Amino acid sequence: MTGFDRDARRHFKNVAMMGLTVACIAVALIPLGSILYSVAVQGASVINGSFFTDVQPAPCSPSPLAACSQGGVANAIVGTLLLLALSCLIAIPLGILTGIYLAEYGRGPMVGGVRFLADVMTGFPSIIMGMFIYSSLLIVSPGRVFSLLAGGLALAVLMLPFVARTTEEALRLVPNSLREAALALGLPRFRVTGRVVLSSAREGVITGAILAMSRAGGETAPLIMTAFGNPFMATRLDQPVQAMSLLIYRFAASPYANWNALAWGTALILVIMMLGLSIAVRVLLRRRFRERRIGA
Amino acid sequence: MGTGSAGVVVLVILGLIVLVLMVNSWRSMQTFGLGFLANPLWDPNTNQFGALAFIYGTLVTSALALLLGVPISIGIAIFLVELAPASVRTPLTYVVELLAAIPSVVYGLWGIFVLVPVMANYVDPALQGALGFLPIFQGFIYGYGLLTGGVILAIMIIPTVASLSRDALLAVPQSQREAALSLGATRWESTRMAVLSYARSGIFGAIILGLGRAFGETIAVTMVIGNANEIPLSLFGPAQTLSSLIATQILEGLQGSLQLSAIIELALVLLLVTLVINIFARIMVWRVFGERTEAMG
Repeated sequence: MTGFDRDARRHFKNVAMMGLTVACIAVALIPLGSILYSVAVQGASVINGSFFTDVQPAPCSPSPLAACSQGGVANAIVGTLLLLALSCLIAIPLGILTGIYLAEYGRGPMVGGVRFLADVMTGFPSIIMGMFIYSSLLIVSPGRVFSLLAGGLALAVLMLPFVARTTEEALRLVPNSLREAALALGLPRFRVTGRVVLSSAREGVITGAILAMSRAGGETAPLIMTAFGNPFMATRLDQPVQAMSLLIYRFAASPYANWNALAWGTALILVIMMLGLSIAVRVLLRRRFRERRIGA
Repeated sequence: MGTGSAGVVVLVILGLIVLVLMVNSWRSMQTFGLGFLANPLWDPNTNQFGALAFIYGTLVTSALALLLGVPISIGIAIFLVELAPASVRTPLTYVVELLAAIPSVVYGLWGIFVLVPVMANYVDPALQGALGFLPIFQGFIYGYGLLTGGVILAIMIIPTVASLSRDALLAVPQSQREAALSLGATRWESTRMAVLSYARSGIFGAIILGLGRAFGETIAVTMVIGNANEIPLSLFGPAQTLSSLIATQILEGLQGSLQLSAIIELALVLLLVTLVINIFARIMVWRVFGERTEAMG
């Protein structure tokens, strides 16, 4: 009789605990659903033609919203694209070189150290990268601290360890027989790395670069003290520049209705961009795994 | 070869980060010494600067994030590995990882317009009603404050902790489960005794990496924590974390001022704390999975 009781209790506990894990999933999905829903609904109501073509409007908060000039966020979209392009231009070649060093050339404890520190750097708060560039510029050029160049550098430092580590992982998947075959044909070492190893790991390297972009593209904190923000269209390297994330940060906290609305619209575009990048990574990764499974 | 010097780039950057922050915070370090870490006052008018209030804010919000986020993350990992059929597992894994793809400023935007009103109108009053005898649940309810910051951080660390815990559970050999089930254990008993205890150190590493993320997360917390430069008695009170203070004040310190120097010293403190946490977590994670752990954390 007591044995039966105990079994019933164990069974009940089993069902209860396993039910709890399902509840955990549900609890995590509530904020995700709420964020995506509110961004989609509030954002979609703002987006129209002038959203992509006009620069940000003056603050305005009358009772009928229609009386405000709506304006757009063209300066922020252009700024974000420029910042991303600049940071990719710096971080991707440098990161790939570092990854090649880690996978192909490095020997001894030095490699382990670099790899470990690159991993640790991926865990740094992003605001540190902004403070690093900001502090460097205070020393080097105190007269001109805020600029597109500074913002691009901050994002580049943020991306570098990601690109380096994912490149290394991709290169390690290339079978050694390929390197040996190329060396046996008399190709010099750098040719083997460049033409044979790197090109057969191309997809993995691209995946890493996109992953790094998806990290940097939504960043706000390191841009506050570097790119600074700019209410006008700016495209020069030495000018402060607006970014979509900075615009959301400042407009969300403002008391003006038209700025709040533009923050939601910009968030929708930014979320679509970032989700697009992370879906691209997923698709690339899956294709890579499938190929490897067939090859094995 | 040029790649040899490329490998050094990471070392050089790391060294430069520490050096440059030290050079720019030198004035503050000279003026306040180690007392900087113990001084709760941050007052630009009298040039009194201390980090204690922000260290407190960082510790409390991160502790709240772990308290709320870790059990949920481990529950998700258990469901994905031990319970879910394969047809549910893959899409659900993607969906949970979508949380990581949303930029933190969008969390902040959602925080201001959705989470803060919910906290101010429902969650905080309910907590005050039930647990109001505790000092940490007393005082005026703003909606913006430590607790809201902790809640938003908890949501943000879930993808990190859940996906690394899932990896740790997947690394447990199937024979562990079979052994427990063949002895007549229920699914939960097998999970608790044979799987979780086996994966303990991997899950611990995941939690520490989540802690590192919570420590460094800036913008979302900045937008909902209320930005008051003081130590609130209540969890409902507005406060600042190390990173939120840097974000809100960095543009206010004039070049060459003691205030700017003190803000940069805060960045140095944040860097050193996250450096220690990350080194510790990486060692834990490496011990479990070997060096193949992806940089995707």
